[in-house]
Amino acid sequence: MSELRITTELRSSPHLKQMVSVPQIMRNVVYALLPVCAWSVYAFGISVLLLLITTTLTCMLSEALFCRLSGKASSISDGSIAITGLLLALTLPPGFPLWMAAVAAFVAVGLGKALFGGLGYNVMNPALVGRAFVQAAFPVAITTWSPPFLPGRFSEVIPSTLTAPFMKPVPIGEWIEQRTVDAFSGATPLALQKFEQIITPWPDLLTGTIAGSAGETSALIILLGGIYLAVRRMLDWRLPVGVMLGAVIVSLPLWLLDASRYPDPLFVLLSGGLMLGAVFMATDMVASPVTPLGVWIYALFIGMLTVVIRLFGGLTEGVMYAILLGNAISPLISLVTQPKIFGEGRKP
Amino acid sequence: MFNTLFRRKSFRHGVHPQEFKELTNKLPIRRLPFAPTLIVPLSQHAGKPSVPLVKPGQEVVRGQPIASADGFMSVPQHAPATGRIESIQLMPSARGPKTQSLILHVYQASTQQELYENAHDIDTLTPDEIIQAVQDAGMVGLGGAAFPTHVKMKPPPEHHVDTLVANGCECEPYLTCDHRIMLEQPENLIQGIRLVQRALGVDRAVIGIEDNKLDAVRVIAEQLGDDKAIRVQAVQTKYPQGAEKMLIRSLLGREVPPGQFPSAVGVSMFNVGTLAQIGELLPHGRGVIERVVTVSGPGVERPGNYLVPVGTPIRFLLEYAGATTNVHEVILGGPMMGMAVAALDVPVTKAMSGMVAFEQHDPDLERGPTMPCIRCGYCVDACPMHLNPSMLGLLAASGDYATMASDYHLNDCFECGSCSYVCPSNIPLVQYFRVAKSVNRDRAQQAG
Repeated sequence: MSELRITTELRSSPHLKQMVSVPQIMRNVVYALLPVCAWSVYAFGISVLLLLITTTLTCMLSEALFCRLSGKASSISDGSIAITGLLLALTLPPGFPLWMAAVAAFVAVGLGKALFGGLGYNVMNPALVGRAFVQAAFPVAITTWSPPFLPGRFSEVIPSTLTAPFMKPVPIGEWIEQRTVDAFSGATPLALQKFEQIITPWPDLLTGTIAGSAGETSALIILLGGIYLAVRRMLDWRLPVGVMLGAVIVSLPLWLLDASRYPDPLFVLLSGGLMLGAVFMATDMVASPVTPLGVWIYALFIGMLTVVIRLFGGLTEGVMYAILLGNAISPLISLVTQPKIFGEGRKP
Repeated sequence: MFNTLFRRKSFRHGVHPQEFKELTNKLPIRRLPFAPTLIVPLSQHAGKPSVPLVKPGQEVVRGQPIASADGFMSVPQHAPATGRIESIQLMPSARGPKTQSLILHVYQASTQQELYENAHDIDTLTPDEIIQAVQDAGMVGLGGAAFPTHVKMKPPPEHHVDTLVANGCECEPYLTCDHRIMLEQPENLIQGIRLVQRALGVDRAVIGIEDNKLDAVRVIAEQLGDDKAIRVQAVQTKYPQGAEKMLIRSLLGREVPPGQFPSAVGVSMFNVGTLAQIGELLPHGRGVIERVVTVSGPGVERPGNYLVPVGTPIRFLLEYAGATTNVHEVILGGPMMGMAVAALDVPVTKAMSGMVAFEQHDPDLERGPTMPCIRCGYCVDACPMHLNPSMLGLLAASGDYATMASDYHLNDCFECGSCSYVCPSNIPLVQYFRVAKSVNRDRAQQAG
């Protein structure tokens, strides 16, 4: 027997490794978002396609720029920035001027992520930080809606989309009128409910044949994406469930009390950005708590606050601020909900 | 019987690594030839090293005591083969520091029939005599911790132990030595359980076996027949089911409080390999001179379960099992908690359950680059102790070791590796925790 000559490597245990990496998780979130994007492009036309491309590219370029400025290796390949880009576009109105979208994307990456130190260190969901910025900066453009399924949506863009940089977008009311048979009030289901007490039927909300932000249309497709991720254990199912539960907890008693003034819980769940926020934004791993109890508190808080803002606030939609506030208190929630360790507090 | 086979008890959290047990679990235990030279460390156990009874140049007979226990927290050593003591010197050990060892030159012409023994009539032994006989046999826990077995048979008087648990989980991937022992020597196992039951004065004994070894459950159940005092229970296959606290939770629903031992909840736990050895060795009054070792992994051509003389250099074992020239990492124990060795000259010790050899670029070992923690919470859901490895990892990265221990239960981590295993950012969490623990220990020593 010849003398065995080998060089061994020393590593510390555990020596085996589960094959799930951060880029893999991010890639799967992108997969789950693609059907939502596709449906949105189908419903609103090439304007949304341009919007998606603009935000995603701007996010990637900004990420590359900030990585270079801070002397770090580029982190585009981890995939998290693509999610930010897609999500941001999905929160914007379909005809949102592209230059404003680019500003939103730049702010999302710069203020929302890079300033805190990049992936893993951001306190809030970067896409929503960008969204909040343009909500304040361009209040008219961000509330200018267009109806879905306009004829010719694949051959022409919504006029406001191609607004020259630093210019105000042109009003699109007239443009829409020329293309629709029914009168379009320019309002989303949430606005209709809030100001005119008109409840959009739930099948329309589920399939997304309604006006609204690019991605807050079909609740069904969003839910399917969420289920895909939850089954692959790349999304914590407790978060979307908690957010929805929180929304029901607040809206159900109010509706039972006075159904003429308050919307029914199903409408609350399916309308606006609640589904998109619950499935894809509140679940941002970095900005949500890790402790089992903390996850529930955080999710319920977001769901309840969303409905409170919607029903009692000046805005028609409250998901964005609810999630941003949830993000802000998430570290505190984590801190005060440390898990009880094995064997603690039990009788021996 | 129906119940024992179909109820799958378990603990919460944990992970499911691929098992790789099919490489060896059908292969019967085979005897390994004697290496030309055996290295018997005087300290193969937790506690005081044993004291040599022999001098260099002295001839010894297989089974003869060659070192005696130094007090209660110590065990003796026995000659693994007939031969001549060449020297007593410092030799490398798997743990790192060199340890005082007896170097035994094996007489290759000898028949190596076991000659030395000191038979007991086990039916008349008192509990104290059983405990003494276990110490005299040089028994240590074979599961890996190497705690002297007889010490565990004397629980602190303030704890009332009512249940003996035999741990047959073998939750580490690749390892199958306990599985084979249960299949091939169920009578030794049951004999050992009865002896320890008598020593502890407990009526109840439960054998916990993961449900990937239902054949072992069946074999033992058949062997037990109508014996109601011993129960065999299948538990869910999940890592780390074989950890003391987890298995007690799974089998009995009792949770051992942090920082305490199983006796605090009335349990004494022994590895099935240890119990089978007690059953085999005690009636003859023999010492531990060999043990079953699983040799496996992609780096060996003839994986299997080998009955290996204590002191066999792992190089010899590796060559016998047909190590490929590509072997790059050799792990003593299982791949989740085992230790990679730097040198192949270290000997097989009493507590070494397996040796797993990996080749270079094995996909199961590859990890990507370490990335920032994204707080996915996978580690929190994996930790069987319900700690918060994510928070501990962030604190470790900032060097705040004191807070880790004071506020986040660092010292309750038993380094099972579940958190590192699942971490998608490839953060070496367990290694961080080891460093933190040892820094804290050093600081405490300096302060004290």
